[in-house]
Amino acid sequence: MTKSTMTFRRYVVLGVVAVTAPLGDFLLSIGMARVGPVSLSHLSTLIYALKTPQILLGIALLICFFSSYLASLSWADLTYVLPATSIGNVIVALLAHFGKHEHIPLTRWLGIILITAAVGFVTRGPSYTEIPKHHPELEVETR
Amino acid sequence: MSTLSLQHGWADAAMIAAIVIFATIGDVMIAAAMRAIGDLDDIKARRGLSGAILAVLGSPRFVFGVSFMALSFFSLLFALSHADLSLVAPASASLTFVTNAIAAKIFLHENVDSRRWLAAVLVCAGVTLMAL
Repeated sequence: MTKSTMTFRRYVVLGVVAVTAPLGDFLLSIGMARVGPVSLSHLSTLIYALKTPQILLGIALLICFFSSYLASLSWADLTYVLPATSIGNVIVALLAHFGKHEHIPLTRWLGIILITAAVGFVTRGPSYTEIPKHHPELEVETR
Repeated sequence: MSTLSLQHGWADAAMIAAIVIFATIGDVMIAAAMRAIGDLDDIKARRGLSGAILAVLGSPRFVFGVSFMALSFFSLLFALSHADLSLVAPASASLTFVTNAIAAKIFLHENVDSRRWLAAVLVCAGVTLMAL
């Protein structure tokens, strides 16, 4: 019923999903902090925000994330992709610790251990459930 | 507990529930769309990148799923303007892992074995701890 559809290239795609989402969010938050608060009466500020390099790079990374996420869902289960890519939270925390020398409290280290264990568990199992023919709602709708 | 704080508690729970429900519907619809479309690597090999993009954008389930993801995002923004980030973000992120596992088993007929349940619960707990 389940099988492994993973190749080295597909693990790389999952890595891209894991890394680009938190990094994209991080860059957007830096960019929006530089732009400042946006009020409903001055929505044109959002156009100005698009000229900020961090926001442009953040949007590019989030486009990368979404396209890689869609690709991964075409050859792996949702319940495989979501835990497997949650390692991105850990990567960002480790980058903040070793790159920016931020202090990581004990609870966060514990969270890192739990997420890493979850990724280890799920990626060692099968990645794709073959759906029997009697589920017509999941048959090909777009050719 | 005062009546006011109890009302705040229910309001926070309702906002978090809205985020989680919309995100789960969005994720499941998008996953169903991608499963129905088939392996994007194969489609790209046969019809090129534009063919793959057209196959995705032409799927009603995909459009429906993205609409629900947008609803989830706006619900998050709304919730953040009324409740604490330290409550809303980790609660919605971690609960979504569990609801996605349940929805994927029921609606996508994925084989969610004990390994995947354990992974979903560990990620849920891990995300909560990292946000503390």
